[in-house]
Amino acid sequence: MVNFIWLFLLLVGIVMAAFCGRIEAVSAAIWQVAEQGIALTLEIAGIMMLWMGLLRLAEKSGFTNFLARLTRPVVGLLFPDLAKDSPALGAIVMNISANLLGLGNAATPFGLKAMDDLQKLNKRPEEASNSMITFLVLNTSAITLIPATVIALRAKSGSLFPEEIVGITIFSGLIGTVVGLLAHFLFCRFRRWR
Amino acid sequence: MANFFMQLSRYAIPAIFLIIPLYAWFKKVPVYESFVEGAKEGLFVTLRILPYLMGMLLAIGIFRAAGAFDLISNILAPLTSKIGLPSEVVPLAFMRPLSGTGALAMTADILSTYGPDSFIGRLASVIQGSTDTTFYIITVYFGSVGIRRYRHALTVGLIADAASMIAAFCFCYLYFS
Repeated sequence: MVNFIWLFLLLVGIVMAAFCGRIEAVSAAIWQVAEQGIALTLEIAGIMMLWMGLLRLAEKSGFTNFLARLTRPVVGLLFPDLAKDSPALGAIVMNISANLLGLGNAATPFGLKAMDDLQKLNKRPEEASNSMITFLVLNTSAITLIPATVIALRAKSGSLFPEEIVGITIFSGLIGTVVGLLAHFLFCRFRRWR
Repeated sequence: MANFFMQLSRYAIPAIFLIIPLYAWFKKVPVYESFVEGAKEGLFVTLRILPYLMGMLLAIGIFRAAGAFDLISNILAPLTSKIGLPSEVVPLAFMRPLSGTGALAMTADILSTYGPDSFIGRLASVIQGSTDTTFYIITVYFGSVGIRRYRHALTVGLIADAASMIAAFCFCYLYFS
């Protein structure tokens, strides 16, 4: 699937550009990606090292375990395949907390660590496990209490009430999360029937 | 309320960087060595996800530069105008799951063109805030641990995005128009 989508984006982009006379823009974009890649690498490496360093402290001290135990009634429901004391739960809870607090750049390192832990429990290492998909739904549907980026952007462009969209944003995100989890559940059921 | 959360967000990072090392120190963890150890792992993880990042940046960068998002919204314009959805928001809906920086630039553009307190501006804000870069997150997260078969992950992620966006439109319609 991802191979198809990747090729589709390239093909449609380049053919369209050729027909619309924007082929120079595409050439420019290609070199821009190379430059962007280096800048992004340095930024990501820095963020990763900071948060993964901190995460190691949180794990070794038992802080993540404590958080995991605290949130087990809810998080355990979402991840029925994981054992009660699974180390993956710690990283998952840290990731969810970072998302809730609007700390986007901390959420990614915690999320990657959680994926690493989930992969260790995965029986088919080339295939996504149910827990992984649940975890990704939680991440892609933006569960947050503070859409900080948008509020800042609205304030900057002169809004009279930059925060007036907060409630609606949280609810819309929540609906996405619930629908996504429901769809995931139905997909799993459907596959079992076949 | 919103102000409370903004304050919480402001203090969160310094607080975390104080509380966790202090807690670890009380638990007799060698704090500095452990941090360095984790940071080292962070560097390896970065190296592992980079190739996937580059692959996605390339495909999405080309797709964007070709003006494909404008084309999509032009094709859909007659349809979206029928249900009262401003056609200016349609490219954002397609950009959002693919590119974080691209979507942010689009939202900023919409806010400065139509004003943050217009219907279009509010709708764009809610869409930007209530969804995430699904495509990018899924490919990078799976790439980092070597998953090749995504099963229904992408479908489910995009269904969630669509649900959030429909909800955003309905809520904005109810409250702001």
